[in-house]
Amino acid sequence: MTSIATPASSVARRSGIWSWITTTDHKRIGILYGVTALFFFLLGGLEALIIRLQLAAPGNTLVSAETYNQLFTMHGTTMVFLAIMPLSAAFFNYIIPLQIGARDVAFPRLNAFSYWVFLFGGLLLNSSFLIGAAPNGGWFGYANLTSSQYSPGLNIDFWVIGLQVLGAASIAASINFIVTIVNLRAPGMRLMRMPVFTWMTLVTQFIILTAFPVITIALVFLMFDRFFGTNFYSVAAGGDVLLWQHLFWLFGHPEVYILILPAMGIVSEVIPTFSRKPLFGYAVIVYSGILIGIIGWGVWSHHMFATGLGPIADSVFAATTMIIAIPTGVKIFNWLATMWGGQIRFTTAMLFAIGFIAMFTIGGLSGVMHSSPPADLQQTDTYFVVAHLHYVLFGGAILGLSAGAYYWWPKITGKLLDERLGKIHFWLMMVGMNLTFFPMHFIGLLGMPRRIYTYDTELGLDTLNLLSTIGALLLGVAMIVFLVNAWRTRTNGEPAGKDPWGGAGLEWAIASPPPVYNFSVMPEVVSRLPLWSTREMKPIPDVPPEPVHVPGGSFWPVVAALGILLLGIGALLQALPVVIGGGAVLFVSVYAWAFEPFEM
Amino acid sequence: MMSHAAAHYTSTGLDSRKMAFWAFIGSECLLFGSLISTYLVYKGRSVVGPTTHEILNIPVTSVSTFDLLMSSLAMVLALSAVERGDKIWARGWLATTALLGLVFLGFQAYEFTTFVHEGLKLDTNLFGSTFFVLTGFHGGHVAIGVLWLLTLLVRSFMGKLGPDKALNVEIAGLYWHFVDVVWIVIFTVVYLLQ
Repeated sequence: MTSIATPASSVARRSGIWSWITTTDHKRIGILYGVTALFFFLLGGLEALIIRLQLAAPGNTLVSAETYNQLFTMHGTTMVFLAIMPLSAAFFNYIIPLQIGARDVAFPRLNAFSYWVFLFGGLLLNSSFLIGAAPNGGWFGYANLTSSQYSPGLNIDFWVIGLQVLGAASIAASINFIVTIVNLRAPGMRLMRMPVFTWMTLVTQFIILTAFPVITIALVFLMFDRFFGTNFYSVAAGGDVLLWQHLFWLFGHPEVYILILPAMGIVSEVIPTFSRKPLFGYAVIVYSGILIGIIGWGVWSHHMFATGLGPIADSVFAATTMIIAIPTGVKIFNWLATMWGGQIRFTTAMLFAIGFIAMFTIGGLSGVMHSSPPADLQQTDTYFVVAHLHYVLFGGAILGLSAGAYYWWPKITGKLLDERLGKIHFWLMMVGMNLTFFPMHFIGLLGMPRRIYTYDTELGLDTLNLLSTIGALLLGVAMIVFLVNAWRTRTNGEPAGKDPWGGAGLEWAIASPPPVYNFSVMPEVVSRLPLWSTREMKPIPDVPPEPVHVPGGSFWPVVAALGILLLGIGALLQALPVVIGGGAVLFVSVYAWAFEPFEM
Repeated sequence: MMSHAAAHYTSTGLDSRKMAFWAFIGSECLLFGSLISTYLVYKGRSVVGPTTHEILNIPVTSVSTFDLLMSSLAMVLALSAVERGDKIWARGWLATTALLGLVFLGFQAYEFTTFVHEGLKLDTNLFGSTFFVLTGFHGGHVAIGVLWLLTLLVRSFMGKLGPDKALNVEIAGLYWHFVDVVWIVIFTVVYLLQ
C-alpha cells in the first residue's frame, strides 16, 4: 500500500465548525450530546426556578396562570426528553465504544443523524417560546385537554410534532447501540464480562426501542385528531380518553427506567473504583437490571389508579409495582455491599454516587407508597408525587449522571475537574435538593395540588413553599459552581493521564482524551476487570503498530435531519409545500447517504 | 489489510446491518401492535355508520391479500437469483415483487376511494379513524418497500447487484416479508374477524 497516512495527520485535518457538523466520531458526537443536553438542562432548570419563584409566596403574580402552564409543561418535557435522556446518550456515545474495546459505534453516520434530529427536535419544541405559544398541556398531555376544542392554537401542535421528531432520534440511536454492544465487543469481551454501565445501557436501549413506537402512535392519533378531525380521543364519537393514558403510560413508565438505568450503570462503575473492590454480585446486578427492564412494562396503570380501572386492575398493578421494587432494592444492597470493607476514597464522583444511593432510596420508598391504590388516591396530583418523582429523577438520575461527569470528565477532556469546587458543588446540590423537595412531601400530604399556579395563604403552607424555593435557588448556585469548575479546569486543570482513578475498565487503558481511533490494536479481554486482573492484559501501545483506517465524516446525516425538521415545520404550519420540500430533502439525503463511499 | 479485516470483525459473527434491521423490525412490531390494539379496542364502538361489514369488500381484499403473499414468494426468488449471480432472473423477480406491491397499493387506492364515495371518511366515525390510519400506515410501508425494490432493480441494471451484494437484497426482503406478515394480521383482524 502506498498510503502510510499516520493517524496523527488525519486528526490534524479535523478541526473547525465544518468538522463538527460532519463528524461521525462517537467521541465528538458524545461531546455534542453532552453540551446540548447541558444547555437544555439549564433551560429546564431556569423554568423550574421561575416556577419556584412564583410559588415562593401565596397569591404571587410573577407569572400568569397561562405562562405557568407553559413553564411546568416545558420543564417536564425538557428535563425528560432534552436533558436526562441526552445526557445519558452523551455517556453512551463517549464511553460505550471505549468500554467494549471498539473503534466506533456500529453505524457512525446513523449516530450523527440521531444527534442532529435530537438537536433540531429540541430547538423546534423550544422555538414555541418565541411566539409565546409553548406547550401547556403538561408533559403527559392528557386527552382531551389536548384536543383542538380545548387547546386551540399552536401550543400542543409544537408538542405533538416536537416529540415525534425526538422519538425518531431515540429509536435510531437505540438500534445503533444495541448492535454496537452486541456485535462490536473486543475479542474475549463476553456478555458477562461487560462493564455494568454497558449492560444497563443495553437494557435501556431495548426499552427505548420498544417504548417509543407506542408514544409515537399515541402522538400520531393526537396529531390526526387535531389536524384531520379523526375521533381517537373524542368521547362524542364513542372514543375513550383513557386510550391516551394507556398508550402514554405504556411508554411513560418504561421511560422512567430509560431515565434511571443509565445512572444505575454509572454508579455501578464509580462505587467499585473508589472502594477498590469488584462490584458485589455482578451477575445479580445485571439480572436485576434486565428484570427491571421487563417488569417495567407491566406497571403502567399505577399512574391511572385515580381513573377507576376497577379492583382487579388496581390490584394487579399494585402487585407488579411492589414487585419491581425488589430488583431495585437488590441493586441498592449490592452497592452497599461493594463499599463494605472497601478502601473508600471520597472523591466528588464517589460522593455523588453515594448521594445517589441515599436519595434514590428515599424516592424509591415514596414510590412504593404509591403502589397501594388507597394511599395513591390521597397522593395523586399533589406535591407528594412531585417530591417522589424529583427524588428519583433528580436524586437518582441527575446525581448519578453527575457522578459520571466527575468520573469520566478526565477521560473526555484530559483534565481533572477541581475536587474542592466539586465537593462544594456536591454539598450545595445535596442541601439544595433536600431543601427543595423534602418539604414537598408535607406540602402534598397537607393538600396542595400540583400544576396550579398559586395557592392561598389559608392553606398554611407559606413557610414550606418558601423553604422549597430557597432550596431551588441553592440548586441554581450549585450549577454555577459546576460551570465555573468546568471553565477553570479547561485550561489549567491537572492533566489526567490514562487512569487517574485506578479504574478497571478498558476505557482507562488508553490516553485521555483517547486518540481518534481509540485503540491502537484490538484489545484482548481475559477478565471482567481487565486492568485489575492478575492475568495481565496485553498492553495497548500508544502508537499504532500499523496504520489505522479512520472513516471520514459525512454531511448527509445532518441534511437528512434537516429534512425531518422541515417536515416538522411544514406539519406545524400546515404548509404542504414545506412538507413536500422536507420530504424531498430527506429522500435525496437518504439516497446520497446510502451510496456515498464510507468504509468502516 | 489487517485493519480492514479487523473493521469487519463482529462479536457474534452476524452482520451488523442485518442485526440492526431485526431490531428495527422489533420496534415496528410495537408500532403496528399499538395501531392494531387501538383498532380492536374501538371495534363496535362507533356511534354512526358505516362500519366494518357494512362496507368492507372481503372478496376484493382477498385478491389483494393473495397478490401481496405472491410478492413475498417473488422476493424469495429474487434473493435466490441474486445469490447465484443470475442477473436476468434477479431483475425479473425484483420487478415482479415491486409490481405486485404496486398492484396491492392500487387495490388499496381503489378501496379507499370507494369507501369515501360510500360515505366513510377519516372523520366519519371511530371505524373510519382506526381503519384508515391502520391500513394507511401499512400502505405507507408497502410504498417505501416498492421504492426500495425499484432502487435495487436500478442497481441491478447498473451492474452493481452481484452476489457480493446479496445481503442488501436479503435485508430488503426481511422488510418486505415483515410488511407482508403485518398485512396477514390486519386482514385477519379487520376483515375476517366478525
